[in-house]
Amino acid sequence: MTTEATTAATTAATTAVTTGTIHSWDLATAVDGPGTRFVLFTAGCPLRCLYCHNPETRFARYGRRVTVESVVAEISRYRRFIQVAGGGVTISGGEPLLQPEFTGELLRAVKGLGLHTALDTSGLLGARASDRLLADTDLVLLDIKSWHPATYRRVTGGEVAPTLAFARRLAELGKPMWIRFVLVPGLTDEWDNVEGIASFASTLDSVERVDVLPFHKMGAPKYAAIGLPFELADTPVPDAELVERVRGQFRAHGLQA
Amino acid sequence: MTAVEEAVEERVRAWAGFRGQAWRNAIDVRGFIQDNYTPYTGDAGFLAGPTERTTALWHALTGLFAEERERGVLDVDARVPSSITSHAPGYIDREREIVVGLQTDAPLKRAIMPQGGLRMVETSLDAYGYELDPAVREIFTKYRKTHNDGVFDAYTEEIKRARKAGIITGLPDAYGRGRIIGDYRRVALYGVDRLVEAKRAERAAIDAVPSTESVIRDREELAEQIRALHELKEMVASYGDDISGPARTAREAVQWLYYAYLAAVKEQNGAAMSLGRTSTFLDVYLQRDLESGALTERDAQELVDDLVIKLRIVRFLRTPAYDQLFSGDPTWVTESIGGIGEDGRPLVAKTSFRFLQTLYNLGPAPEPNLTVLWSPRLPEGFKRFCAKVSVDTSSIQYENDELIRPRFGDDTAIACCVSAMRVGEQTQLFGARVNLAKALLYAINGGRDEVSGEQVGPAHPPLAGDHLDAGEVREAFDRMTDWLARTYVDALNIIHYMHDKYAYERIEMALHDHPVQRLLGCGIAGLSVVADSLSAIEHARVRVVRDGTGLAVDYVVEGEFPRYGNNDDRADAIAVGLVEDFMGKVRRYPAYRDAVHTQSVLTITSNVVYGKHTGNTPDGRRAGEPFAPGANPMNGRDRHGLVAAALSVAKLPYDQARDGISLTASITPSGLGRTAEEQVDNLVGVLDAYTDAGGFHLNANVLNREVLLDAMAHPERYPQLTIRVSGYAVNFVRLTPEQQRDVVDRTFHGSL
Repeated sequence: MTTEATTAATTAATTAVTTGTIHSWDLATAVDGPGTRFVLFTAGCPLRCLYCHNPETRFARYGRRVTVESVVAEISRYRRFIQVAGGGVTISGGEPLLQPEFTGELLRAVKGLGLHTALDTSGLLGARASDRLLADTDLVLLDIKSWHPATYRRVTGGEVAPTLAFARRLAELGKPMWIRFVLVPGLTDEWDNVEGIASFASTLDSVERVDVLPFHKMGAPKYAAIGLPFELADTPVPDAELVERVRGQFRAHGLQA
Repeated sequence: MTAVEEAVEERVRAWAGFRGQAWRNAIDVRGFIQDNYTPYTGDAGFLAGPTERTTALWHALTGLFAEERERGVLDVDARVPSSITSHAPGYIDREREIVVGLQTDAPLKRAIMPQGGLRMVETSLDAYGYELDPAVREIFTKYRKTHNDGVFDAYTEEIKRARKAGIITGLPDAYGRGRIIGDYRRVALYGVDRLVEAKRAERAAIDAVPSTESVIRDREELAEQIRALHELKEMVASYGDDISGPARTAREAVQWLYYAYLAAVKEQNGAAMSLGRTSTFLDVYLQRDLESGALTERDAQELVDDLVIKLRIVRFLRTPAYDQLFSGDPTWVTESIGGIGEDGRPLVAKTSFRFLQTLYNLGPAPEPNLTVLWSPRLPEGFKRFCAKVSVDTSSIQYENDELIRPRFGDDTAIACCVSAMRVGEQTQLFGARVNLAKALLYAINGGRDEVSGEQVGPAHPPLAGDHLDAGEVREAFDRMTDWLARTYVDALNIIHYMHDKYAYERIEMALHDHPVQRLLGCGIAGLSVVADSLSAIEHARVRVVRDGTGLAVDYVVEGEFPRYGNNDDRADAIAVGLVEDFMGKVRRYPAYRDAVHTQSVLTITSNVVYGKHTGNTPDGRRAGEPFAPGANPMNGRDRHGLVAAALSVAKLPYDQARDGISLTASITPSGLGRTAEEQVDNLVGVLDAYTDAGGFHLNANVLNREVLLDAMAHPERYPQLTIRVSGYAVNFVRLTPEQQRDVVDRTFHGSL
């Protein structure tokens, strides 16, 4: 850990060692960024997305406290594999920017290992991401969950404006971005809702691609396990035609989708 | 001209345009390849699709496949024991075949091979409603002894008990051992007469040696090899060809090579009848004819397609129990493709691509068992094509060329699933495997079987106390595996002594150098069960549940413990130790004919049957539940994805398991990437990184669970659905319902 990082950490935590709360980690390919990646799921999220497929990561209480050092040690064990296979490290969640010091230090340390870094965020807390944190981030996976503020609120319980502001900031910094949009029939699939995101994204020069993620219900058992209702239990998954329509909307704005 | 001069002239003509000298003077196929092959570093763009003729020929068979699937076998000749010359020529469609030759006089008609064991033949015939010709029964009971009879004359009571209890399993004591690869290329390159000459020279060399038992045996075997070569010529003559001289064209090279292989599968129903490493060799001939304009790419592909059709219809008569153990109707016609040469040039040629292309031209299939020898140094174009074929067909397996080449050289092929051997120089004495999980339970129960309660292993006081003590378990397990290794090697020595005596592989051995180096192929099953059990005993508390007779029948794990398959050294080190220890124990016991001891961590699909016969284990696995296949972690216990699991497996030391370490992985297409391009990129990356990490073998299935479930419900819609199991591929619809469930229940990595 660098001296500066330690100093920064001390202001936020009572100990000199920066810790964070994580839910788990996984090695995954082609899901959260390019190639084969070490994906760290932080615990705790300010949003309550109806379709969330990892509801247990919403709460810090389901996570465990770890030091940056211990996570880096774990990542180091996969460094060679990731370098040969092509890939990197993604900090996901939960919401990683709920723990900006931890996330920032981790990104810095991962860069120090010579690995590609990605930050998977809703952007709601984008203001908490320092320029230095972003400098250590090679790619931002930015979830724009809806365009219409009312729809956004219904889907997530939060506001869309901070995400859009964060997206503009990233574009100004020239930070590569993949926009991610979860497509839920009857909830986020409205033409104008998609159109709004598409035309907005097309104004951001550093957007490399848009991932349209079809809603799925594989997370449903997790709701039962932690005693929460899964409100979209009866919502159908989108059919291929709908997915194609929505991708087409993004493509029509010159985006890769 | 004298006959000798004529033969020399003929060779000169056949070899026109070939480079190099040394291979002309001695039998040296590798030298020929090195001097003449054309490495190919481009992509798959040059490949040709199937011709109408190929498609028509393949369709002529697909109807027969349906009938065969329904009845178990299409037809059997229950009268004439198979030999190289036993049956009249057979054809699928004489007008359409470019490469000819069948095991009997009709496609898919199976032959009997009683030399291995008469009981196996009778049981199989009975199962399918046929009756053995009484004359054959009389011969093989009254006048001729079989391998199976010999083995049981020499087995000890202890071996019989271990075999019956299923702690030593799958032994080739009633059928052909297989895992011997004749160097079939020799026949194409040199012709039979030159090979006979070389065998005579080998024989002459030992005529001067005093006639000890082993020398007498060698002389008799060489005489049999020469006899088999003559029979090969005779069989080929019945198809109207003369194979005494070398192949003169690519078509002849393919045909000569196939004739040699055909002779082997007419003589032996070995457990695995692998082909070797033929694609780059054949490429030299195809390339010569392509360059001279005698062939077009379409013609070249057509020849390869036709050869592969023949390899897909190799059949043996086996019992339903055997098929249940190994699923479907396996023959392990393994062909090793790719790899890097000792001089650093890739051994990839255009024909390496053409072999893989058959999976598109004829559709996916388990046979031939296409095996890519992978190295991160392979040309990108080839790597990407392999990955694409895997994504599209799930029909190929990968083995680590960077582990194989330094130990075996660059003319090495895989026999069966994961057994590497130098072609024409090494051969294996196949030994199936022991059930290590059962050995652990025997250790706890003082040698009593946890299912039957019978005393099978040596009687020791069973472990006492409510909870298992790690030290005590280790000590008892150590003692029990000492006994197991000794009993196992004893059994294998008996089996191979008798196999050589009563069912010697004449033609396959004729296509090896003399003397050959033998490898004793031992194996272990249940590795992850034992590793996790020992981890539970060490890191958590394991309470023993005993029945009225004091037999430990169940275990209750209290607390958490690290599990093998998560790249967690605490558990992985236990698995490494198990592999090292058992190998060390096996090495203590001398092997028949000075074979070099090896072992594999491989189960094929027998993990289901082993699990069925093994009681509750201290890792929490329930009695009867399948083991994980090969060196895989137990289902659902690998919690960090395939990469972490693969890295655990990669820790197992290849030098202590030189007969191979198998990992089978099922990945959903979306778990590999959103687009076809991305899927290929990512699979190439993972294969490179797994190989780089020292992983030996990977079966890559790219499938959705839903497809398998649908295939279970509607098998008729999926006649060619192929999936990789440990070291082998199968037609999914030919698996037993139990095996199908096991495959479906296995971890599907929604992402790698």
